[in-house]
Amino acid sequence: MTLSIQTTHLQLRYCDTVAVDDVDLDLPGGKIYGLLGRNGAGKTSLLATLAGFRKPTAGTVRIGGEPVFENVRVTTQICLIRDDSGVGDNTDPLSDILAMARMLRPSWDEKYADELMDRFALPRKKTLGSLSRGQRSAFGVLVGLASRAPLTMFDEAHLGMDAPTRQLFLDEVLREYVARPRTFILSTHLIEEQSPIFERVLVLHEGRLLLHEELDELRSRGVSVTGPASIVDDFVFGLTVLGEERLGPTKRAMVYGTLGEDSLRAARAHGLELGPVALQELFIHLTGGLR
Amino acid sequence: MFDDRSPIYRQIAEQIKGDVLRGVLKADEQVMSTTQYAAYYRINPATAAKAFQQLVDERVIYKRRGVGMFVDAGARQRLREQRRERFFTDVLDPMLAEARALDIPVADIVARLQQHSEPGDAR
Repeated sequence: MTLSIQTTHLQLRYCDTVAVDDVDLDLPGGKIYGLLGRNGAGKTSLLATLAGFRKPTAGTVRIGGEPVFENVRVTTQICLIRDDSGVGDNTDPLSDILAMARMLRPSWDEKYADELMDRFALPRKKTLGSLSRGQRSAFGVLVGLASRAPLTMFDEAHLGMDAPTRQLFLDEVLREYVARPRTFILSTHLIEEQSPIFERVLVLHEGRLLLHEELDELRSRGVSVTGPASIVDDFVFGLTVLGEERLGPTKRAMVYGTLGEDSLRAARAHGLELGPVALQELFIHLTGGLR
Repeated sequence: MFDDRSPIYRQIAEQIKGDVLRGVLKADEQVMSTTQYAAYYRINPATAAKAFQQLVDERVIYKRRGVGMFVDAGARQRLREQRRERFFTDVLDPMLAEARALDIPVADIVARLQQHSEPGDAR
């Protein structure tokens, strides 16, 4: 089972800070979404609102067509795992937290949870508070995965995990997704590492939705143009230039958008070198560049 | 495995074409499923599916409903013809441009090529 997500003019304000501002989302269920944005862009606030943890200040959220805030029918089908994994109390042994999750979550899979305890090498008898940072994250991820919630969201749930554990995390998300399609949203700063498993990418910037696009579409959006500075300047005139670098007489300009056949021919005729732009670089420039 | 830039589905399609061209994947041989491919390379299944759809459209592979995907019997030949055309523009022309920049006479290149080609290769 999967859940779709719709928001209209969604706003979340804390006192005088607007964390989420006029966000319209229409996300079909059954896909893996990547949520990107710089620190303070509003990712955590958006996810908390989608999960029904917070009431929108304005606008609406519908999950599977239903309002989510204080709607138990929907919230039991949603699992949001945060980086500081609020899955239980620090004094609780992991086995107690798992028993609680089994009671609270209708779609909980105990066998899978057991399997993951072994795979992530987590100690059942230890308390949550006694775990290392990476182990706490792994346990949070385990709860999210074993919840088998039709809408499962990981808010930087990988923080503190070592590289092999992060890989295990991504592998499990994919395996689960293939075996039992559900809607996943992963917020992350590890763009190059995690983006290959996304089908679509959402970019938040200063509380607003900057873009929502298929990963591969986005990857093909950036073009770098390299050559003698004056020729590059002429070529990119009128195009959306995200950034420029100069090395002596050579210039590299990053252009956003798809170049037509004519432009490609012109570039070749002028001896300009065209190349792709890495997603992370594209992200940096779309969200204001290096300041 | 994948470079971090161009669309992943295109890179997958190119890889499989390369395998067909080199004979690693033979005519009517089954190729990995999209889900196997996705798990193996840690990519979204929809991305893998897009690559396979492109290969079906280009008649490199064909689908057998409920069984899987297989290499089209004529694919290798067709790919060879396409790549032969591109060989001169994509491989030879840049090489000649580089040779010109380095002031290497064409005669030297021809001599080297003759030295490298076995008698049996001459067609």
